[in-house]
Amino acid sequence: MAVTLNSGAIDTGLRTDGHKILLTVRGLVALREKLVVLRVDHLDLRQGEVLAVIGPNGAGKSTLLLSLVLLQQLQGGEIHFDGERVYPGCNPVRLRRRTATVFQEPLLLDTSVRDNVAAGLRIRGVSRVEAEKRVRHWMNRFGISHLASRPARQLSGGEAQRVSLARAFALEPELLLLDEPFSALDAPTRAALLEDFEEVLRESGVTALFVTHDRTEAMRLGDRIAVVMDGRLAQVGRPEEVFSTPTDDKVAAFVGMENLIPGRVVERRDGLALVRVESTSLQVVSEAGLDQQVLVCLRPEDIVLHSQGGEVPTGSARNRLSGRIARLIPLGAQVRVILDCGFHLTALVSRRSAEELALKDGRQVLVSFKASSAHLISR
Amino acid sequence: MDLIWEGLSRAFWLLVGGDPEVVRVTLLSLQVSGIATLLSILIGVPLGTVIALSRFPGRNLAVSLVNTGMGMPPVVAGLFVTIFLWRNGPLGYFHLLFTPSAMVIAQTVIAAPMVTGISLAAIGSLNPKLRLQILALGATRWQVLWLLVREARLPLLAAVMAGFGAVISEVGASMMVGGNIQGQTRVLTTATVMESSKGNFGVAIALSVILMLLVYAVNLSLTYAQQHRRPL
Repeated sequence: MAVTLNSGAIDTGLRTDGHKILLTVRGLVALREKLVVLRVDHLDLRQGEVLAVIGPNGAGKSTLLLSLVLLQQLQGGEIHFDGERVYPGCNPVRLRRRTATVFQEPLLLDTSVRDNVAAGLRIRGVSRVEAEKRVRHWMNRFGISHLASRPARQLSGGEAQRVSLARAFALEPELLLLDEPFSALDAPTRAALLEDFEEVLRESGVTALFVTHDRTEAMRLGDRIAVVMDGRLAQVGRPEEVFSTPTDDKVAAFVGMENLIPGRVVERRDGLALVRVESTSLQVVSEAGLDQQVLVCLRPEDIVLHSQGGEVPTGSARNRLSGRIARLIPLGAQVRVILDCGFHLTALVSRRSAEELALKDGRQVLVSFKASSAHLISR
Repeated sequence: MDLIWEGLSRAFWLLVGGDPEVVRVTLLSLQVSGIATLLSILIGVPLGTVIALSRFPGRNLAVSLVNTGMGMPPVVAGLFVTIFLWRNGPLGYFHLLFTPSAMVIAQTVIAAPMVTGISLAAIGSLNPKLRLQILALGATRWQVLWLLVREARLPLLAAVMAGFGAVISEVGASMMVGGNIQGQTRVLTTATVMESSKGNFGVAIALSVILMLLVYAVNLSLTYAQQHRRPL
């Protein structure tokens, strides 16, 4: 069922509609109790894109979201929305009425589901007839029509969050903001709701900013990812960029590159950098210059283990080392292997592989990984 | 025992027969306490809400004052109002002493801090993030206030009931500023004191029964309103 967007947005139904910039943030500083909690030098939000904002707890992700609807104490900087400067100046109510926000808690009113979905529309003075139409449509879209007359008090967590989402979409906002909307739900509820939500998001083509601490959610929903660390914007880019080529060690650690090995580039050859690490050299696909101090970043999943003395299948795994198993940590279907190769390395293998290789504490194994799996960050 | 039996049967006939004096006293009680409660709501709910939602220097002092006001002995309120309305007092010009208006004023002084304090607590107990959500929906400041008051409607109702309950059964201040004048400022409580001191227990019991019924009616409606919500 086609969804009409209100006049300010472009109804294309496609995900990225050109690169028209909807929102611009420059030099923003956010405060809490007179302390600076977030700085954003430069951030653009493109029309029709979903920007996933990730980062550790307390990094400032929610602060960023609240800043965009002027619900956060700000000091300095500028925010432009659809070509118009909204901060400093401007009545915040006017900006907020062009957006919709969904929080981690459903935050419903003590009334029926139907009245809750209609709440935003009523506040904004949308006509009775139009409001009823939208409420019916969105309750249907989120599968809560059968709950229309139920008091919000009696809903389960998942149902309540569906109401909150329906309430937001019913407003047909130009910008949708979501602050960890699925974090408070249990895994199966979250999975089901995420699926419905993703579908609705793609269908409507609305521009969205989605805060989450779950990397997989971010990869799945985000057209671009913004990483917030320690109160600043550390990196913004496509998911592949952020996850394979993080710009600093903190981002690298957060996106799952658990292995960060210090070394120095001693040679360059055919687009490869030879990095001296402890007593061995590693080959990494990189443009890093000679003599540069670097961190070799490697995901645990990209490390392959082989039995000592066995044949390492010839392939593109240019890096081969010997290592001793320091510790094995079983994680259900996978096993985390802590290795000592002269330096500390963490690998992640399937339980079957662990069994086939008969991995045990103290055993020597062969470790390999591709030059293209590793990534260099300057120190 | 004779005394009690005689009193009870006298009371029964007064009530069943609709004795005019009893009716008049009851109606005046309802009128005075009703208006006082209404005024307390008009003052207390907005005031309590604003204090609950704002942060300002001296907020703690304001909250303490409200709480102290809630615990103020009614006779002290009566004294204040009497002094103010006295012939040569600051508001003596209006000649309000010993009129129902004076009683309304005194009862408002008693009930307003109570309604303010409970409203303050009621609004304060709402999830602070709810206010953020309502703002995010695009609400103006007035819309936010209205929606929060609506969210806290049950505790606020309790505040109203508590206020009414307190003033309808109040006797000290009502006596001081009203004077218990027949036909003018005689209410259920002041009449009961007078009849009792004269030994007219029949009348006193009749008036007490009515007072108890009123208090019961208030509590019943409050209990109904609160329990009507099925438990979570």
